[in-house]
This record gives sequence, C-alpha cells and structure tokens, in this order.
Amino acid sequence: MARLIRTEKEVEGRFEEVWLVVEEDPLEQWPAGPRSVVGRPATRKDGLERARGEARFTADHRPPGMLHAAILRSPHAHARATRIDLAPALALPGVRAALGPGEAAGLDAEAGYAGAPVAAVAADTFAQARRALAAIEVEWEVLEAVLDPEDAVARGQLVGEERRYERGDFERALAEADVVVEGTYRTQTVLHNSMETHQAVCEWIGDRLDVHISTQYVWGVRRGVADALGIPQDKVRVVCEYMGGGFGSKNDAGEYTLVAAELARRTGRPVRCALTRREENTAAGNRNATIQRLTVGARADGTIVALGGEFVNAVGWDGWSSSTEGPMKMLYACDDVRTVTWGAKVNTPPMKAFRAPGFVEGTFGLECLIDELAARLDVDPLELRRRNYAHENDGVPFSSKNLEACYRLAEKHWERRHEVRARSDATWKHGVGMASQIWYGGGGPPSYAWTRVGSDGRAVVVTAMQDIGTGTKTAMAQIAAEELGLPLDRVEVALGDTARGPYATLSAGSSTTPSVGPAVRAAAADAKRQIVEIAAQRYDLEERVLDIRDGMVVSRDGNLSVPVEDVVGLLGSAQILGKGARGPNPAGMSVLTFGVQVAEVAVDVETGEVRVLRVAAIHDVGRIVNPLGAASQVEGGIVQGVGHTLSEERLLDPETGRVLTTSLDAYRMPTIADVPEIVSEFVDRPDEHLTNLGSKGLGEPPIIPVAAAIANAIRDATGADVHELPISREEMLRALEAARRKAGRGAPAAV
Amino acid sequence: MSELRLTVNGGDHVVDVPVGTSLAAVLRDELGLTGTKIACNEGHCGACTVQVDGVPRLSCITLAHTVEGEVTTIEGLRDHPLVESFVRHDAVQCGFCTPGQIVSAAALVAANPEPSRDEIRHHMAGNICRCGTYTKIEEAIAAWRG
Repeated sequence: MARLIRTEKEVEGRFEEVWLVVEEDPLEQWPAGPRSVVGRPATRKDGLERARGEARFTADHRPPGMLHAAILRSPHAHARATRIDLAPALALPGVRAALGPGEAAGLDAEAGYAGAPVAAVAADTFAQARRALAAIEVEWEVLEAVLDPEDAVARGQLVGEERRYERGDFERALAEADVVVEGTYRTQTVLHNSMETHQAVCEWIGDRLDVHISTQYVWGVRRGVADALGIPQDKVRVVCEYMGGGFGSKNDAGEYTLVAAELARRTGRPVRCALTRREENTAAGNRNATIQRLTVGARADGTIVALGGEFVNAVGWDGWSSSTEGPMKMLYACDDVRTVTWGAKVNTPPMKAFRAPGFVEGTFGLECLIDELAARLDVDPLELRRRNYAHENDGVPFSSKNLEACYRLAEKHWERRHEVRARSDATWKHGVGMASQIWYGGGGPPSYAWTRVGSDGRAVVVTAMQDIGTGTKTAMAQIAAEELGLPLDRVEVALGDTARGPYATLSAGSSTTPSVGPAVRAAAADAKRQIVEIAAQRYDLEERVLDIRDGMVVSRDGNLSVPVEDVVGLLGSAQILGKGARGPNPAGMSVLTFGVQVAEVAVDVETGEVRVLRVAAIHDVGRIVNPLGAASQVEGGIVQGVGHTLSEERLLDPETGRVLTTSLDAYRMPTIADVPEIVSEFVDRPDEHLTNLGSKGLGEPPIIPVAAAIANAIRDATGADVHELPISREEMLRALEAARRKAGRGAPAAV
Repeated sequence: MSELRLTVNGGDHVVDVPVGTSLAAVLRDELGLTGTKIACNEGHCGACTVQVDGVPRLSCITLAHTVEGEVTTIEGLRDHPLVESFVRHDAVQCGFCTPGQIVSAAALVAANPEPSRDEIRHHMAGNICRCGTYTKIEEAIAAWRG
C-alpha cells in the first residue's frame, strides 16, 4: 500500500521537508558478493553507439525548419538596462524574432553579474543570430558591484540566512585542549565545463511543447518549463536520451530553455538555444570559492576535543550556500563543534551544484587541518584518524559505515611512504598523504520503473531517468537481468523521456543507482512473479517450485526447464508488464558514504612544480553493481580532483567582474598526460538497512578527498603547508618559502 | 556561397556554403555526419578531430574550402578495432569526446601500431575528456588489437 509521509529529503547535501508517497519494499536483499550479473564487470549497454558517433545528443538534434537563438548578456557586473531597442536587430537578414527583458523567464533588465541574460534573438543561422545581438541598442545604468565575498558578508549581503551550528560547548572544550591548531584555507572557483554545453531545442506541436535538452533531470525541466510558461506539466515533454556531461550544472531548465520555448512559440518554428563554450564558462554555473577559518583542539594523545569553523561561500548573484561545514560536523567523533556559514551574495556568476558541493571544499580545509594537527603532535595521520573514529552522526546511528575497513585496505598504500620519501633528491621531493571522505549518496523515494517482457524472452526496463555518462543505464540493466534470471544481453533500458516512462529521480547527488535501482529490481520481480504464475498454470505446477535462471523457467526438481520465450510467447505480441517503486529509507538512520584516498606526489622545490604520481582510492558505497563502471567513476572523480587541485581556476577581472578564463586554453583542465596511476578498491558490503539493493551512490565520493590527500602529500614531501587551491607553482613556492622562514625561526626544518 | 568538393569516408560530395564555413559545420550540417562533435568551437579540446589524409585535424578551426585530401570521420572508422577496444575497456563515459578520441587514436596506431604509454599520452594530449576517462582510454589504445 502507498503511504503518505512527511519527511526530510536530501539532494546534494541540501535538506528539505517534503511530502512523499512511499510504497513498501518487501524484497529481501541478495547475499553479498558477485551474483550472476550484479557485482560482475559489464561494458556499457550504450557504449558502442556513443563510441561510433551514432548516439544523438541534444547537440545533434536538428528538426526541419529549426532556428538558432542567441542571448545578449550584460557586459557589467551590476547594471540596469534603462532602454533596449530590439528593432535594429529585427531588421537584419534572417532574424525571425527578438525578446527583451521580461519577455521570457530569465531575461531581466537588472543584471547582477557580467554575463547575465538580458535579451535574445532567433535567426535562420547562428551567425545571423550573433550578428543581431550586436545590433541591439542598450542603455545601461551602471550600479555598484560587490565582488569581494568578505565585503559582502560585512554588509550583510547574503544568499539565504547565516547558518549556525553548535553541539556541546566549543569554547570550553577548546580552552581545555592540550594543543590548538588554526588555519585559514581558501578554495577557488572552478567551472564544470561539460563537453556538451548547456543547450535545448524547443518545438511546439499544437499546445504541447517538446523540449530536447542536455539535462540531469528531465522531470525538473518539465516542471520548470511548465511553471515558467503557466501551462500544465503534461503539456511539456522533455527528452534526453544521450547527454554530454553535467557534473551538477544541468539540474534545471535554465534561461536558454525558456528563451527557446518563447522564441519557438512566437515563430512557430523549432528553436535551438545552445551556449557557446565562452558563455558556458561565464554563465552556466560554477563551484564557488570558499574561505574557511578552522580550529581544532586536541589532547596530547590525539583525541580531538573541539572543532570550529567559519565558512564564507562566495555564492555569486544567485544559487545556494552549500554545506562547506558538513565534513567538520560529520567526519570525526567530537562532542564540541561550532560552525557558522555565510553565503556571500556577490556580483559574480551564480554557483551551481558541482560534484559534492561544499564537501569537496570543506574536506580540503578539514583534512589539511587534521594532518597539521598530526604533524604537531607527531602522531601518524592514519592513527590520528582512527583515534577519532565517529560511531554515530550527531547522535543518529549510521545505516552502515565501513570506513575502518577502508582504512585497513589503505594500509598497504600508506606503508609505501617510507619507500616513496626515499626517492627524494635535492630538487624533487617525494611524499605521501591521505584524506578521508564522507558524503551523502543514499538516494531516496520516489522513483518508479516498469519492466516489459516480450514473447522473444527479452526485457525492457522503462524508467524516465537519464544516464549522464555515469553508466546508470548499464547498472539498471544488470539489476533487472539479475532479478529476472535473464542474461544481460537480453535486457535493454529505455530512459530519458517524460512522456514515455514513469518518474525517476535526478542524475545528481550520487542518488541515481540507490534511488532508481531498487525500483528497477521491484519492477523486474513483479514481472518475474507474473511469468512464474503463467508457467505454473501452463505446466500444472505450483508457483513456489518454479524459478527463472539464465533465461529458462525451471522447476526445483529439475523436471521442467523451458525457455522464458516459450512461456511469454503464449501472449503473442502482448507483453508482461512489471511495476516497481523505490521504498523508504531506513527511519532514524544516517545513510552516508565513506572512503579514504592515499596520494603520492613529487614536488620540484626549485620551480614549485607538483606532480601527482599515484592515487589509491578505497570507497565504501554499499554493494557495487558494476565493478568496471565503478572503477571508471573513481578514476573520473580523481582526474577532476587533480584538476581542481593543481590547475583549474576561474579568474575574474577584479575591476569589471568579467570572467577572463572563458576558453579551454585559459581554463586548464587535466589532459591524459596529467593523469596519475590510479588504484581503486571497494569494501563492497551491502548496506543491510538500505533498500532491496544495499547500494549507495558513487558519482561524487571519489572527488571529495583528492585535494587534501595531495596537499598532505606535499607536506609529507616538503614540510610546506599549502592552504590555497589551486596549488599553482606560485602558491607552492609561497608555501615553501613560508616553511623555510618557519624553520629559520627554530621550528623543525623539513626542507 | 561558394561551391566546395570534398571526399569524405571514400565518398565524393559537392556542397555550397559561405567561404569561412568550418569543416566541422560542413560535416555536421551539410553532410549529416554528426559523429564529429563540436565542444569548444575554437580548437582547444579535440572533440571535433577528423583525419585529412590520415593526419588528425581540428575540424572546427579548419576552413572547409582549404581542405585538400581525403577526410575521414568517425563514421568512416566505425568498424575500426579501436571502437570495440574503447567499449571493452569502458573508455566511454558521457561519450561526447569519444569520437574525437577514437579518430585521434586511429591516426596514432596507423602510424605506430605498438605505441608506448608515453607515446599514447603525448599523441592524445589534445583530446580533452571532462569525465576523466583517460586511464581507460590509455588502456584501450594500448590493447587496441584485442
């Protein structure tokens, strides 16, 4: 029976109270370890079409008669358009329509950042549309811009409320500590830079709107577009079958979609609105910069007694203040913790969620601080982390936590540090560092799936989720194949279409597999039950003695063994339809993911060059559905993390607030030549309290500890404390110089 | 508009496009060969890589009218063993950069059938993968013959 409950739902570390209808989840979990299909490496169901260039992305969707839109963006960080004349643009060849402020949601006369959308045009070609933008006449009233996040906090110019948290008595506990370590850590703004830029193609068919869009959440787009246009949600169909990356930046409709929808309505033609790479790097979201002032107090034996942090998130003109303080509250056992977090509203482009927003930044600060404490106390960093192991989350038990098992698997990598350090010479210093990881990733209801089994004995899982490149489509096929007793090559997955499948959750927050996976299994179980019922009647046997294995309906005594297609084939062209829903999360439990990474680096102390040579990653995300795809997620997260740590930084002109790093030669992402040796391991124990699957999400955890593990390896190699990202050569040389000066004042010389 | 003759994947084509049109735009918009992707449109990422007489070229910054020689796109390499190798090694995540990666890699292995890991890294450094599939791409190229 469906139950209506009022509950707290987490997405990307943000909690909100929502009404949910949940259905019971009566299936027992499969035993731990590899099964017939689940837990065994599988290549991607859609790998071949992507590799052969046959997959049609939004970028490749070109309905006949399609027009191209372009968006006029503010050149000022804060300004008001007092007059806009679209007529000169409309007079140009090929231009079919133009929109000014207020004529589509997202186009505003007041621009809060350089790059804010103001007006738009549609033309026969993209080149014509761009030329038309230049012809639009705008008179700007330039307003005062606040670019410095600390200035914004001082003025009380915030996104959301100031967020305060305290448990115990931080001041008292700090006063009683034997050792206190303080540090200020800064992380930079980084850009998602999905290979496929934000884009949508909108087409009206009567009063119905078709939206093809590169998105992480077809249902979120459907709602966003329907709300903006004031039409029923069922009049909007959102399609995204193949998608060229999102990393958190494509969770909503975006102004480009609303602009395309309105221009399509006015022209009666399909309209594409695709951001250029330079717009992408200006106005499509970012991981916001942070400033973190952190304090840890500990007893001489390494027991952490007090943790405190003041966090400034430089949110931008819009967005939300992510949980940069989260790791400090959750990672270690400590009774006395105090944090305060401000989201600075500044005249810079809005943040968007980016792969574990807040926790990537907060883990850099916290895990560097913990290593500095270990150095001060002369305690082994791994031992220090074990001594402060959290057995509950703020009084709430964990549904499962195998971080200690991660630490055990990390020991062999950690022990390499003596041998690694010994490779140092006068110029290149080698070292090893570690950092732990905590994050959400349990998913939750609602999500639904259907499983269709036809007379050819093949199954199709239908669910309107999306696969943004993480391999969730393959994982869903594995889960259905396992439950149905079919080989994997007889199961397909149809996804990415709100008109042709049931609701499923967004592809974000490491939530897709743990949210949709159990619904897929339930739908497959429902279909299997029906096949067994039919077989029982056809062969005059009891249902309880029948099972499906490897495509055969078999009886326990072995007397019956017939292909599934012989049973389902009785239906002719009709099909079995199984339905499944995601059940509730365990009540009163904290569902979290854990891990540890060990990084090996070499630092050239003359030039400040840092090379990451090896990263070993051990994560605890419950049951692993596809070990091959899981390893790819870990590698991808680490590669992005290396970029965040060493080379990526969005730079702004401090005078104008304009983004300077708009091209991919200015914004430096890792290439294949920058990739360290990566070793990935999993604890791979199902969370016995979590759904019929016991799996958590893995998209985000691997990027979380990377920066701190690298910074801690740099300290191990050189004695220098790095407090800022990215660790450019300039920052590295500054940290080395600071370490030398400290050594000169009588502290232990490490360089 | 200016007429242009192109040989693509062994077939001859005549198209009429403005001077200044990129090869990538001609392939995608005129010939319908959408396997060639445009991700930055300014020659920085490698997603648009095609071969001209076997040599990798960034088609988004190549003027179509300047092309002399035979163009090969991913559509002409669909049966190349590298495709199967990329899938087998899970060297495909979102897949948007993958055609360009395979076209680049096909030029490498044609010239050097047994590239070292360093040679692979050197040759492939112009093809950005934001999903970070590089470890698997390197494996897929190293073992391209199966």
